[in-house]
Amino acid sequence: MDFKLLKELNAARIDKRQVVVATHEETGESTLLYPFEAAGSSPLIDAAKEALRRDKPTEFEGDDGVWFLNIHNPPLRMMIVGAVHIAQKLAPMAAASGYDVTVIDPRRSFGSAFRFPGIHLDDRWPDEALAELAPDRRSAIVTLTHDAKLDDPALEAALSSDVFYIGALGSTRTNAKRHQRLTGKGFTDDQIGRINGPVGLNIGAQSPAEIAISIMAEVTAILRKGNTDDI
Amino acid sequence: MNEMLEKAATDDVLAQAESWLSEGRKVALATVVQTWGSAPRPTGSQLAIDHEGQMVGSVSGGCVEGAVIQEAIELMENGGHKMLEFGVTNDEAWEVGLACGGKIRIFVETVN
Repeated sequence: MDFKLLKELNAARIDKRQVVVATHEETGESTLLYPFEAAGSSPLIDAAKEALRRDKPTEFEGDDGVWFLNIHNPPLRMMIVGAVHIAQKLAPMAAASGYDVTVIDPRRSFGSAFRFPGIHLDDRWPDEALAELAPDRRSAIVTLTHDAKLDDPALEAALSSDVFYIGALGSTRTNAKRHQRLTGKGFTDDQIGRINGPVGLNIGAQSPAEIAISIMAEVTAILRKGNTDDI
Repeated sequence: MNEMLEKAATDDVLAQAESWLSEGRKVALATVVQTWGSAPRPTGSQLAIDHEGQMVGSVSGGCVEGAVIQEAIELMENGGHKMLEFGVTNDEAWEVGLACGGKIRIFVETVN
């Protein structure tokens, strides 16, 4: 590896870009891949993408020999908007799954340390909080307030970012109304289609903990597989 | 020193490698590229070594680092890379210190 490449790699890590170091095991030649930023695709790029998704370095056998693909993923984060009952169950579950969790709610009686021991709380309005948290491709945003005043600004911020997951609590009817409001704000159907709503996998969840499980399962499927198509 | 900065300096293998190189030290990197059985560190784990044998990170949790450092310092003379394999049999695993009987392949390269 040359020093220039090492510096570029460290800069990419600081910028929280998803980067893969591909090293040819025979020649020792190394190159940096940014699979999610690359326009085209190739078997090597696809293997690198898969390794990043699975969070697992791997060997890739190409026509030109074996490459070792070492991955550098920024930390997983989850921003939960609405310090509601479901959030009390979801926050520790997400933390146990390896996410840095922030619960955002300007209503102090909801977002209290008493209700969320050990969880990072942010009492600013969601748009303000999210502007500073700068969610990225390794972030998930879940809105749980049921209140358009709080959920909508968060969803607008989410749609303007490249987070891997956006989920919004609410019935099919609530979702349809939300769709209308966001269309009014100038978002396209494709953009609004990034929102998973009703949130979570359909596992018949009833209690807050069960709903949190269904959300965590959906987030995991989209993180690891990119979709929930075959579930 | 800020606790987080201190942790970053001692834990971040690649940041440490860059900082050593900036100081004009010779540096090699060792990376676990494959494991079999109960290897102590997963693939992708890295160790950075400078020409005086200082190291940061780990490739086996202490079992084979000694042998890796020796190879790395030899490589620094002329540059280049080498694939190392440890723990072929349980007996040998014991010899080099992989007492768990696991098997690992480690890629060692210089950074120039």
